Amino acid sequence: MTTSQQEISDEIAKIQAGTPVGAPLLDFPPYRSTLLRHPTKEPRHADPEGAELFAPVFGHSDVAAIEADLTVQRGGEPIGERIRVHGRVLDGDGRPVRRQLVEIWQANAAGRYSHQGDQHPAPLDPNFTGVGRCLTDDAGWYSFTSIKPGPYPWRNHHNAWRPAHIHFSLFGTDFTQRLITQMYFPGDQLLALDPIAQSITDPAALSRLVASYDHSLSEHEWLLGYRWDIVLTGSHATYLEPSDD
Amino acid sequence: MTEATPGQTIGPFFHHALAFPGDAELVPFGSAGSVVLHGHVRDGAGDPVPDAMIEIRQTDASGAVPGTGGSLRRRGAGFTGWGRCCTDAAGHYWFSTVEPGLPFFAVTVFARGLLDRLFTRIYLPGTPGAVDGLVAEREDDGRLRFDIHLQGPSETVFLRYPRT
Repeated sequence: MTTSQQEISDEIAKIQAGTPVGAPLLDFPPYRSTLLRHPTKEPRHADPEGAELFAPVFGHSDVAAIEADLTVQRGGEPIGERIRVHGRVLDGDGRPVRRQLVEIWQANAAGRYSHQGDQHPAPLDPNFTGVGRCLTDDAGWYSFTSIKPGPYPWRNHHNAWRPAHIHFSLFGTDFTQRLITQMYFPGDQLLALDPIAQSITDPAALSRLVASYDHSLSEHEWLLGYRWDIVLTGSHATYLEPSDD
Repeated sequence: MTEATPGQTIGPFFHHALAFPGDAELVPFGSAGSVVLHGHVRDGAGDPVPDAMIEIRQTDASGAVPGTGGSLRRRGAGFTGWGRCCTDAAGHYWFSTVEPGLPFFAVTVFARGLLDRLFTRIYLPGTPGAVDGLVAEREDDGRLRFDIHLQGPSETVFLRYPRT
């Protein structure tokens, strides 16, 4: 664990001097865990067929409305800055992804996950699991009430810190639109140092992972609002309308 | 086409959020007509990947793509054609399902250290026109086995679809 942040940042800068790429580079050595986990061969082209043309379907039997509020799932109030994260899920043609599952997970205000594998010596919050789900509405909107997650240290290199983030898991209308990503907060100085975020070497693409503070979403004496829209890849079944429940 | 939101790794701390009871049982384990699809996820050194998540999407036995909800609750939902399994400490995943009428499982792979999802297919043994290397092995006990190698001499063939 002797690699310094400066060495990691130098490695990142060297890679980013190449052609910017809008998707994360799977072969990205500054994030050390990629070394043995990135495929080395180009993916093979496939035209989607059968089950690949249709995402799984979720409905109100899958998700309870309360699962979208991460501040009320336990007996008491979690500690931290209360926030709302709100936005739309769109497909690559700009159409709303309607009534589809959105799953999130995050650290608590102190930067600790409610996960047995997280050994960061920051306090757990008994009133916060950091896990939420919702379905988008008919216009593709989702909304979660939560606590602003804290940044946390990790073992990639010496004094490595992840910027504060919320993990998002998304489905489109097609199986091929599946996305898991991370939402970051505006103005976070750790973003530029983070090899996971910087694996997206096109700054414009990375900026699409950063939410905006939206004062119109903030609520008087209650919470701060953030807006984050998500765009999935293109759908193949352009002639199909999403089916009704 | 609007620019897509980029992916990021699933990270190490997803299990408590994404696993759910019955997630890997598209049909109840051991039920009539069920089959187990299983395998190990390995890295470029051949070591197990204990923090991966595999999802499958498939047709039912007749070849129809289920369009019904209920996967997250499972009980009484019927066959939804979708399942999820987090690998265990040995990098093992498994699903209890039916053999799809259109003869492959569509597969998504996520893992810590993997910066974006990977797609592949697992074909039923004996499928004409199957992609080389993507055919499950039928074990003596009837289970279907397919190992996923993220890297290395046995690296799995991953797929890229148009518009992704």
